[in-house]
Amino acid sequence: MTDPRELYQQVILEHNKKPRNFGTLEACTHHAEGHNPLCGDELSLTLVVENGLVQDIKFQGSGCAIDVASASLMTGAVKGKPVAEAEAMAEQFRGMVRGELVPGAQTPLLGKLTLFSGVKDLPSRVKCAVLPWATLHAALKGEAEASTE
Amino acid sequence: MNTALQPLDLTAIRKDFALLSRVFHGKPVVYLDSAVSGQMPRPVIERMARYEREEHTNVHRGVSTLSQEATDFYEAAREKVRKFIGAGSIKEIVWTRGTTEAINLVAQTYGRVHVKVGDEILLSAMEHHANIVPWQMLAQEKGATIRVIPMTDDGELILESLDELITERTKIVGVVHVSNVLGTVNPVKAIIAKAHAKGVPVLVDGAQAVPHLKVDVVDLDADFYAFSGHKLSGPTGIGVLYGKLAHLEAMPPWHGGGNMIRSVSWEKTTYMAAPGKFEAGTPPIAAAIGLGAAIDYLSGLGLERIATYEHELLQYATERLAGIPGLRILGTARDKASVISFVVEGIHPHDLGSLLDGEGVVVRAGHHCAQPVMTRFHVPATTRASFAYFNTRDEVDVLISAVIKAIELFK
Repeated sequence: MTDPRELYQQVILEHNKKPRNFGTLEACTHHAEGHNPLCGDELSLTLVVENGLVQDIKFQGSGCAIDVASASLMTGAVKGKPVAEAEAMAEQFRGMVRGELVPGAQTPLLGKLTLFSGVKDLPSRVKCAVLPWATLHAALKGEAEASTE
Repeated sequence: MNTALQPLDLTAIRKDFALLSRVFHGKPVVYLDSAVSGQMPRPVIERMARYEREEHTNVHRGVSTLSQEATDFYEAAREKVRKFIGAGSIKEIVWTRGTTEAINLVAQTYGRVHVKVGDEILLSAMEHHANIVPWQMLAQEKGATIRVIPMTDDGELILESLDELITERTKIVGVVHVSNVLGTVNPVKAIIAKAHAKGVPVLVDGAQAVPHLKVDVVDLDADFYAFSGHKLSGPTGIGVLYGKLAHLEAMPPWHGGGNMIRSVSWEKTTYMAAPGKFEAGTPPIAAAIGLGAAIDYLSGLGLERIATYEHELLQYATERLAGIPGLRILGTARDKASVISFVVEGIHPHDLGSLLDGEGVVVRAGHHCAQPVMTRFHVPATTRASFAYFNTRDEVDVLISAVIKAIELFK
């Protein structure tokens, strides 16, 4: 069993304290709400997608440090990327935190996001890390809501 | 010397709980989550194991020695429950799967008969979902309305509001005896008296009360009193509905099947008298016997001694937690049981829960199945420590150090 403390690395703590891309894009093309009924994490994601690229993305909401840091790092990672690549990243992220993919070798698109790989040892927190990505997936698919129920 | 004043033998008691010698993340387990589920002491587990090993069969079946013996143990457990809560007759003790099922039983039998369109069901602002959702389902079906007894910022129900809230349309009042989030011990006797003055019956959710204080349903004059075995150092899957005999006799049966009938023919089926008519199918026999053993165990320790000791732990933990800067305790009622919910500025309860887990400290982080309480206090969730008779002041100290360590990390 991993010590939960190991997950709370400086990058996560810092992004929790000062989340990037926090807010709402008024003129968004895509939008979805995410919620984690078990924890009460709430996330609202707004995107501007143009010419197949995620031109801009912001999130708003409240949640635990894992959720907020995941959302903050995700928005930074997908901004400017083609939609197909953002979707592929979501796939890799999900696989990594569920322990199905080896961080790094099998998640080439994730870069520094592999720092969330330790979540796989805290099953109760996997949903917190995945919520932003599930909400991104819903928004890109044109669905209004994502839930990690 | 008054036995109530003799301290509990913690060293001996703690030997009855194997969990307490386990290690999580290299740290001894500190179990501060008895409000989620109480740990079962060794004699309870052994009693259940003996039943399954040597005495297992079905109850109320046939003439075999084995079946008669099982029936006797099972019914003896019912008598232990009766005595434990001060009920007048074992006919008033209905076995259920737990508190939730007990409340659903009342909603679906008593409720369906008495609640009609335009009627009101009065609940308190600090109910667990178990005493909200069954009534909402009934209200929706019948076109009735749920009304709510408000509470103060300290987590005390505002009793003055009852005069206005209990109307001629109120068909039942549901109130929690001890709040699972705030720890508040509600003055249910006074609430019941007020409701009865207007002819309205009261159901009390006693899930968190029975482990901490001596309950006397006759003294309270409760119409219905529900609780679970697993909060009471017993197993899961067994619970109790106490109901006044006059109510139980008048109520229709709920689940149909074997065990609850007197005779069945294609033309007409007749039902057992209470409590039998509410107990369809094969019950969780070992669990019922286990609950009886749990009551024996607690009675052996002495409920007054348990209450006194837990109150000391509560006071000590409250003082220490209140001394941590940035920590806020939710629920500061004058009369509390040993449950403390708190939030720490800048740390989400789930992060705190995970970090405490890393120190071996088991607490609950979440909405505690009481989302309206979270909304009332404008928090998404809380961290909750709950104390039982086997906990120690040292364990409170471990909790405090772990909270401080988490705060340091998040600074």
